Amino acid sequence: MHKIWLIVQREYLTRVRKKSFIIMTLVGPLLMAALMVVPIWLTTISDDSETIEVLDESGLFAGKFQNEGDLKFKPVSGSVEAAKKRVMETENTALLYIPKINLDKPEGIKLFSQENTSLTTQIGLEKMLKREIEEQKFARSGVDKKVLDQIKTDISISTVNMADGDEKSSNAAVTSAAGYIGAILIYMFIFIYGVQIMRGVIEEKTNRIVEVVISSVKPFQLMMGKILGIAAVGLTQFLLWIMLSTAIVSVVSSQFKVDRFSDEKIEETLKTTSDAGQAKEMHDIFSAINNLNVPLLLGCFLFYFLGGYLLYGALFGAVGSAVDNETDTQQFLFPITIPLIMSFIVAQTVIIKNPDGPVAFWMSVIPFTSPISMMLRLPFGVPTWQLLLSMAMLILGFIFTVWLAGRIYRVGILMYGKKVNYRELSKWLFYKG
Amino acid sequence: MLQIKEVSKKYASHLALDHVSFEIPKGCIFGLLGPNGAGKTSLIRIITQITGADTGEILFKGEKLQPDHIRYMGYLPEERGLYKKMKVGEQLLYLAQLKGLSKAEATSRIKKWIDKLDLRSWLDKTIEDLSKGMQQKVQFIATVVHEPELIILDEPFSGFDPVNANIIKDEILELREKGSTIIFSTHRMESVEELCDNIALINRSKKVLDGPVKTIRDSYKTNTFMVEGKGKLLLASPDFKVLEQNEHHGFFHATVQILDNQSPNVLLRYMLERVEIHAFREKIPSINDIFIQTVTEKIYA
Repeated sequence: MHKIWLIVQREYLTRVRKKSFIIMTLVGPLLMAALMVVPIWLTTISDDSETIEVLDESGLFAGKFQNEGDLKFKPVSGSVEAAKKRVMETENTALLYIPKINLDKPEGIKLFSQENTSLTTQIGLEKMLKREIEEQKFARSGVDKKVLDQIKTDISISTVNMADGDEKSSNAAVTSAAGYIGAILIYMFIFIYGVQIMRGVIEEKTNRIVEVVISSVKPFQLMMGKILGIAAVGLTQFLLWIMLSTAIVSVVSSQFKVDRFSDEKIEETLKTTSDAGQAKEMHDIFSAINNLNVPLLLGCFLFYFLGGYLLYGALFGAVGSAVDNETDTQQFLFPITIPLIMSFIVAQTVIIKNPDGPVAFWMSVIPFTSPISMMLRLPFGVPTWQLLLSMAMLILGFIFTVWLAGRIYRVGILMYGKKVNYRELSKWLFYKG
Repeated sequence: MLQIKEVSKKYASHLALDHVSFEIPKGCIFGLLGPNGAGKTSLIRIITQITGADTGEILFKGEKLQPDHIRYMGYLPEERGLYKKMKVGEQLLYLAQLKGLSKAEATSRIKKWIDKLDLRSWLDKTIEDLSKGMQQKVQFIATVVHEPELIILDEPFSGFDPVNANIIKDEILELREKGSTIIFSTHRMESVEELCDNIALINRSKKVLDGPVKTIRDSYKTNTFMVEGKGKLLLASPDFKVLEQNEHHGFFHATVQILDNQSPNVLLRYMLERVEIHAFREKIPSINDIFIQTVTEKIYA
């Protein structure tokens, strides 16, 4: 045990002291924040505004096209052909041609554009035309627009989960998001640090240090030391990221006074503004977050985080030991990454839609897919026996992969200059000490 | 110190060691000789418990080999290796601690060795900043820092210039004086005669011969003598046979074999009457000769 501890220390310290680690730890939260902020920011900086010429032969829309955001309208007259030619000569984006139409069957409306029209522009125009035609139809059948506005109603259902006897307001979006974040973190962690284990093993092998170390410790100790050491590196990084992110978030949220969404304020806004629906939704989200079983979620997150990492980490280590350099790893990495990627893809579709279905159940019990699948299911509530079964399976799973990897590892690290295939690997499993 | 009994090891289709037995006495430098691929490294890996033997057993100080014995051994593999990005001092400390030394003890011993091999100014450099010879020195320290009773050196002089090779050679001799047993695996024979007390020769997975260097050489003696002198050597006795003779400006150089277990004095007396003798020496086969003779003999046998 003492020797494993020494190895863990070395693996941990050499990595944590690297410049790249320190930089990633500091920059990571900023990158994450940037990842969320930049797309939003990008949509706000507008493209060039577009001017659309309108040739209205029906005369129904005269003066109805109001400039909207980046869309500007310019009424023109004359024949279609002449108008088309004229558009090509100007910098205006397109020509909207409205022939004489029947209100009940509005056909033949065309948009002649210089370049491909963006979908937003098309949808925007369609919406405008639709609204205008509808209004004219209402007018024709004598319905007052004001009456219509009064009839329109906004509905938003608050869902309440009564499963455990006490009522909790829940929110499907929040619960799936919580699970989703956990799953993404586990997925990333397994990949990033699994590959680090593999690289570390290859490095030791190509440096030929392995024979020196192996004459002092058992190969299994070396492997476990490496896996645990790198796990500690990963945990350190994630903890630092969480701390830094919370710091950033708390700074940001203090700027934006979050108490706007507290109960009293909602009451107030309900009375005063028409924007109450939106505020209420925000309130729901916040109360749903408060109602998530955070200790259980965090506890399970840590368990699946480590369990999944150990399971896959051992396999990554075995792959590293079987090859001489990183380019040879492809064929062995493929079957390892498949269940990971698959559980992630299936998770997004099947599990989120039906978190208690058979697919979700089996995937959260099989150790190779359970870390990700179970994280997604957890926020929706999972029966205790299923959770325990899944955990037990994961423990058995990683004991198995660690055993398997240990067998491959002890032969592989001393094998040089030999391209290994699966048959060879399976033989190694049964070599004697 | 170490008794190797009927050890065999088989890899997939290839028999690496075939019932090898010999004994390594305490406090000697033991040469483990053999051509490339003979099974030397396999045997060493079994002794250092990197792999296990299929059959046979090894006794270390009279006890069956067990994991606990590792801390009494130091192993310098032929393929040297250190963590390239780690500093010299940290690396030595790590490897010494893996051998079971406490941190304080490891630090003081490393300090001693660093001074002895003149590496003090390199302590805070990473391994990749060092020259190859320097790296070898660091590796040598890592092998012996825990004062092992059994030191196994696989081709210890490769990569050293003659000056540094001599320093290491002196260190090896000093370690023997202090009571360590040293196994010295090589296929370079010149260093063997200089250093080794005993040898074992392995060829094609089998032990071919073993014993003290002197005994082995004596047993390969063919009663041949080298003679140099003035004049022309003409031997017409049934007791002697001239194997080879060169003449140059009235001087001769000859190899003579004495037959029928006659004493060399008989030859000397015989020659004294006929030529002027400048040199007379028994030709004892070098380990190199024995090595080549045994190895090629076995192939063509």
